[in-house]
Amino acid sequence: MKLLVAVKRVVDYNVKVRVKSDKSGVETAGVKMSMNPFDEIAVEEAVRLKEKGVASEIIAVSIGIAQSQETIRTALAMGADRGVLVETDAAVEPLAVAKILKEVALREGVGAVILGKQAIDDDMNATGQMLAALLGWPQGTFASKVELAEGAATVTREVDGGLETVKLALPAVITTDLRLNEPRYASLPNIMKARKKEISTLQPADLNVDVTPRLTTISVSEPPARKSGVKVPDVATLVEKLRNEAKVI
Amino acid sequence: MPVLVVLDFDAEGIKQPSRSAIAAAAKLGEVHVLVAGSGVAGVAAAAAKLPGVTKVLVADDAAYAHHLAEPMASLIVSLAGNYSHILQAATASGKNVLPRAAALLDVQPISDISGVVDADTFIRPIYAGNALATVKSADAKKVITVRAASFDPVPAEGGAAAIEKVATAENEAKSSYLGEEISKSERPELTAARVIISGGRGMQNGENFAKLIDPIAEKLGAAVGASRAAVDAGYVPNDYQVGQTGKIVAPELYIAVGISGAIQHLAGMKDSKVIVAVNKDEDAPIFQVADYGLVGDLFNVLPELEKAL
Ligand SMILES: Cc1cc2nc3c(=O)[nH]c(=O)nc-3n(C[C@H](O)[C@H](O)[C@H](O)COP(=O)(O)OP(=O)(O)OC[C@H]3O[C@@H](n4cnc5c(N)ncnc54)[C@H](O)[C@@H]3O)c2cc1C
Ligand SMILES: Cc1cc2nc3c(=O)[nH]c(=O)nc-3n(C[C@H](O)[C@H](O)[C@H](O)COP(=O)(O)OP(=O)(O)OC[C@H]3O[C@@H](n4cnc5c(N)ncnc54)[C@H](O)[C@@H]3O)c2cc1C
Repeated sequence: MKLLVAVKRVVDYNVKVRVKSDKSGVETAGVKMSMNPFDEIAVEEAVRLKEKGVASEIIAVSIGIAQSQETIRTALAMGADRGVLVETDAAVEPLAVAKILKEVALREGVGAVILGKQAIDDDMNATGQMLAALLGWPQGTFASKVELAEGAATVTREVDGGLETVKLALPAVITTDLRLNEPRYASLPNIMKARKKEISTLQPADLNVDVTPRLTTISVSEPPARKSGVKVPDVATLVEKLRNEAKVI
Repeated sequence: MPVLVVLDFDAEGIKQPSRSAIAAAAKLGEVHVLVAGSGVAGVAAAAAKLPGVTKVLVADDAAYAHHLAEPMASLIVSLAGNYSHILQAATASGKNVLPRAAALLDVQPISDISGVVDADTFIRPIYAGNALATVKSADAKKVITVRAASFDPVPAEGGAAAIEKVATAENEAKSSYLGEEISKSERPELTAARVIISGGRGMQNGENFAKLIDPIAEKLGAAVGASRAAVDAGYVPNDYQVGQTGKIVAPELYIAVGISGAIQHLAGMKDSKVIVAVNKDEDAPIFQVADYGLVGDLFNVLPELEKAL
């Protein structure tokens, strides 16, 4: 079975983002970019499924500017077989991303698509669910355990009260949670090998997808800062302050 | 057109985050709610008492028993024609179901809103809450998940809405429910607690959570939370995780013990009213958001704190 994994180029999770002074967005110029951490987990899961002999080929797809190639290369170095870049300079929303991924999934005839549960920049947590809807496939979101067999996937999901297990008829869409696996680091030889792997480039128009956004960002602002607090010397002072000053206990 | 709120509930009743979603919806128009499940007459009756709700739609069918995304999304789509906005709290279920329904309606959902500006314009945190985006939707219908911590819940009682049955929507059964492991706890739920005490990697193991944190939680009537590091290390179950990718909370009092204060953790708790941090490293970033910081070894501080309460 072929697998498709969606990998997004985002501001590295260690970067403390700054809002631009004109409030049009956050500063991304000169900022370190990396693969969305949840997508590393998605790639890792796909590679493990290939190592187990369940998957035959892994295609990594990214939608975004030309530099998203680097994100695809990372996936290839981790073990994906080839890449597809759907190149666009526009800000593509999850609905448009899902429409593009749908076309790629159908063209490639994949048995499952694995995505991150959320991208850590826009925090939408939507793309996988929307892709599943557009394909008419079942979805296993926030996965902490995945078993794929011919015809069906068993997915354990992280839900508010604990864990839930669902069974999905394949083809299906799966989105990854943090505890699904620990992604490997690409080894140097694999990074070298990845340079020779194929990345094909498409435009959204090649797939007949209209990426016009439905949302307009009116402004992006800093959240209100917290007033700086105080250090207390001991437990007695802490309890006294919580009782009499903050009045919360 | 009225707005529709999809309710979350369990054996204990309607979840508090759903009451926050109703508070958000009330800013947009007349509120109807959807109760979907199996054997949900009691929940529907409770929903009818929610203040501000004028109609309760009830879909009582085994297909909805576990709120699987596929049948739930089909049901929502079958009802969507009558509504300008469809909302659900950004619970695990809301995040699972609403984007699917939105895609079927060809709508770009608006996730995890923390504010309502007008019928088309909403505020939502991005980049782990380090920025707030004000976004305006051009879609005819809006599909929205609501950050419960940002809206005061409506009371549980005071209203008297009409109850109306709705038909089961067609859905190809491509998914099925196999089971669940729900953590049992006497403590309040994280998303509804007035006080939360959370432990991090500094706790060292699960036994220390039980020995040092639980007794304090007991005295304060608090919920227990954790950092990702504590969950990943297996000290406590996944549903304890507070943060960007765990639960978003805003209690009256949040006590962080042995937690360094990574941005991903702060994203889940920095809107708490009062924050207390206990950490042996005086430079730990958690102190930057703490109203009261206590530099010290948690293995001394926690037993003392328990005694002092
Ligand atoms: C009005 C607006 C303006 C924006 N402006 C900018 C901007 O100027 N610059 C900018 O960089 N971003 C911008 N964005 C953000 C960008 O468009 C987001 O990528 C988009 O909204 C998707 O949200 P998300 O990534 O949080 O989706 P989620 O649903 O959280 O993503 C989940 C998963 O879907 C997959 N996925 C999502 N997007 C992609 C992708 N592009 N390629 C491959 N896989 C993907 C990944 O597997 C990911 O883990 C803007 C967004 C909006 C709404
Ligand atoms: C994509 C992504 C998503 C994430 N989502 C989340 C999330 O939702 N929630 C979350 O919490 N994290 C999340 N993280 C992880 C986050 O980046 C941090 O790694 C994590 O929060 C660290 O947990 P911690 O503070 O318990 O551990 P550490 O950073 O290791 O801190 C332990 C602290 O305990 C203190 N300590 C140790 N011993 C004692 C003692 N005896 N007495 C007092 N203090 C002591 C230390 O001084 C230290 O400050 C995410 C990361 C990524 C990449």
